[in-house]
Amino acid sequence: MSPDAANGSLDAAEQGEDPAPPSRVFRKFLSIIKHASSILLTFIGLTAITFIIGRVMPADPVLAIVGDRASQDVYDAVYLQLGLDKPLIQQYLIYLSDITRGDFGTSIMTTRPVLDDIIRFFPATLELATIATFFGVILGIPMGVLAAVNQGRLIDHVIRIIGLFGYSVPIFWLGMVALLVFYAALGWLPGPGRIEVYYDGIVEARSGIILIDSALQGEWEIFWNALHHLVLPSAMLATFALAYIARMTRSFMLDQLNQEYILTARVKGLSESAVIWRHAFRNVLVQLITIIGLTYASLLEGSVLTETIFAWPGIGQYITTSLFNADMNAVIGGTVVVGFCFVGINVLSDILYRIADPRARE
Amino acid sequence: MNMTFKGTALAAALAVASALPMASPASAGTPKDMLIMAKNIDDLITLDPAEVFEFTGGEVIANVYDRVMMFEPENLSQLVGGVAESHTISDDGKTIVFTVRGGQTFHSGNAVTAADMAFSLRRVVKLKKTPSFIFTQFGWNKDNVDGLIKPLDAMRVSVTMAADFSPGLLLNALSAGVGSVVDMKEVLKHEKDGDLGYGWLKNHSAGSGPYSLQTWKANEIVSLQAHAGYRHGAPAMKRVVLRHVPENSAQRLMVEKGDADMARDLSPDQIRGLSGNRQISVGDYPKAALIYMATNNAHPILGKDKVRQAIRYVVDYKGMANSFLAGQYKIHQAFWPSGLWGSLEETPFKMDLAKAKALLAEAGHGGGFSIVIDTLKKSPYPEIAQSVQASLAKIGVKSQIILSEGKTLWPKYRARKHQLIVAQWSPDYVDPHSNADAFAHNPDNRMEAKLTGKLAWRTSWENSAINAMTEGAAKELDLVKREKLYLDLQRKVQMDGPFTVMFQKSEQVAARRNVKNFVSGANFDLVFYRTITK
Repeated sequence: MSPDAANGSLDAAEQGEDPAPPSRVFRKFLSIIKHASSILLTFIGLTAITFIIGRVMPADPVLAIVGDRASQDVYDAVYLQLGLDKPLIQQYLIYLSDITRGDFGTSIMTTRPVLDDIIRFFPATLELATIATFFGVILGIPMGVLAAVNQGRLIDHVIRIIGLFGYSVPIFWLGMVALLVFYAALGWLPGPGRIEVYYDGIVEARSGIILIDSALQGEWEIFWNALHHLVLPSAMLATFALAYIARMTRSFMLDQLNQEYILTARVKGLSESAVIWRHAFRNVLVQLITIIGLTYASLLEGSVLTETIFAWPGIGQYITTSLFNADMNAVIGGTVVVGFCFVGINVLSDILYRIADPRARE
Repeated sequence: MNMTFKGTALAAALAVASALPMASPASAGTPKDMLIMAKNIDDLITLDPAEVFEFTGGEVIANVYDRVMMFEPENLSQLVGGVAESHTISDDGKTIVFTVRGGQTFHSGNAVTAADMAFSLRRVVKLKKTPSFIFTQFGWNKDNVDGLIKPLDAMRVSVTMAADFSPGLLLNALSAGVGSVVDMKEVLKHEKDGDLGYGWLKNHSAGSGPYSLQTWKANEIVSLQAHAGYRHGAPAMKRVVLRHVPENSAQRLMVEKGDADMARDLSPDQIRGLSGNRQISVGDYPKAALIYMATNNAHPILGKDKVRQAIRYVVDYKGMANSFLAGQYKIHQAFWPSGLWGSLEETPFKMDLAKAKALLAEAGHGGGFSIVIDTLKKSPYPEIAQSVQASLAKIGVKSQIILSEGKTLWPKYRARKHQLIVAQWSPDYVDPHSNADAFAHNPDNRMEAKLTGKLAWRTSWENSAINAMTEGAAKELDLVKREKLYLDLQRKVQMDGPFTVMFQKSEQVAARRNVKNFVSGANFDLVFYRTITK
């Protein structure tokens, strides 16, 4: 879309000719406004629902602060301090106006601003989810394609069993077995945690992602230690991602391989790899982007079980523990971040669709 | 097709190869002067001694702050001076003058003075956080406390009670977490809007104890640094780390591998599983935490004496203690825990279903009835509730169990909406009055009185004779008489009260064999790191 084209259509309108269809710039502008307002509405809805759930659930946020033995006057003082005496709608509006100023409140559990907590916990999950998705993609897609191409043969059965295993085995059990084998019995990999305790506090947290921070600061010993700690938990999550991606890739590919254009391509004498990768695979890309996007987003939500077994201080554990402790500021803050990830990944998927599918560019 | 297979197989193989870990020797043991504990620390929400009331917080501040009076690890049964070296009690028993021990320093290097001690005690009253009731019961409030707790000179502090209590009780209360002495200069440096440093001290430390707080990252780690100038000498462990490992199976693996020196939250099964491991020793530490059942006295059936009696004979104390509670709980049936001054060791109740059934019939409920049992979700509460449910069924009482998180259960209990609840109680400080006040004292049973901190009020149980006994015991100056009063009081509550005290906790800690001299006293905040050697 060039600026000239936009000017051209404006000129035409000024000259009193038939009104031209809205220009592409205008349409794009409209679409951006539409997108932005839907994102905004999503966030308002998200905060409203989380807020209401937080207030109506039977867990008492005051007791979370004062403990169950507090005398009534101590309880009442905190009740007023939290503004719980105000009408629900007023509480929500106050909360919303605080959020717009970047103030998500203070967490009861950590005593720190929720935003600081998220900045600390989210990178741990981001690190884990990114690596897991990466391996899920680079292993899952070839496996799915391989299974589809060899449908009904041994390799297909093996891949389907792997997929079924990864998808149905409880991650809690798998995590414990992995720790038992690779950490306790074989000693190949370190135990729970993001890093050995002795290294804690040596690397200054800039991005919060230990791999990046330690590499930037030239602390290679810490880098390797963190990398080793990442292997088991990310492998657990990757197993799940891989199973899902491989299964879906297989099914999408089978759909395409049975189409007539594939037959045509083969009749034309194209090599089998060209038929599979250039024709069939190109056509499943859009669907795959959706699947990968959803997998990544769900991993960014934080996998509570994996984070619990591996003592991984991530956002999943943060939100869950906060929920159990009726720490609603933390829960809403965490939920907004997770919502933000989903929206962000959606936008990214939209962009990738346009690259993968020429029709989506229009 | 063959080509494709090879190509994709190669891509997959490369990906797998890149995912393989580099050879990494697992760490072999922790450094000699560092102690690493694997523990669930998600209950830690503050480290300000004026506010701490949680298990992990209580343990951490016990090692960071010295208190006015203390139970030292060398002799846990004897109350001795901590920050205060000595004290004298006035003839009327109302005023105690403390002399601060000379030569003590805070972590900042500041000397510990009478001004610090007076400031610390007044601060608890003025901040009015949950544990402040331990002090406000002595008649102190924000308006009078400056006049009642005052430094006489650089090293002496006068403390006067405005209520009628035994000075022995005051001395015991000063050994609680709220009796911690904070570094006034350091704390006031960080004061904001007159908060007496509260915002800062929640996650920093300013004490004179054996350790200072180096880091607290919620849900991740607490790291403590030894205080070289500690009055008993620098601790052997230069650094103590509490590492948050929420999953107890992972804790077990870490202590077995030597990546943790101690695992603090293992289940009885896991402890049994470690019995053959020569590298691990298991320590048993009796704690003061009790598991009890409480019936709501306002309930039309459960409020009857005979029904309450029947329930006491329904519990399969032995069966539970010898099975799923083995090693971690023992039978105890009075409100003040065993092993402490004033404890009643008698266990008059055992499961006797015929007697229970007869008592129900006498109460006019021989045909049975239905009740709801509330308890916590985490083990061993559901198992205990199930055992009680099964026994109740045998005498014709149908029951439904509701499992909840604490934050959901406590509001119900405090609002007196329970019928039968299985819960835990730990004393706030080491004096029988701490539990007597909770279990026996309810001076105003009206709903609007909202004495929600007292278990007797929560269960709508008011007995004027027992109230008078509780108040009398708290005032008694003669120690021998006072102990007898508490024994009598416990017997009365044991027989007539709405509580069925069942078990007392014993903490089992799995440690590497080279870890020696860990001391964990009866109360939740009597856990000592300074004696540990490796």
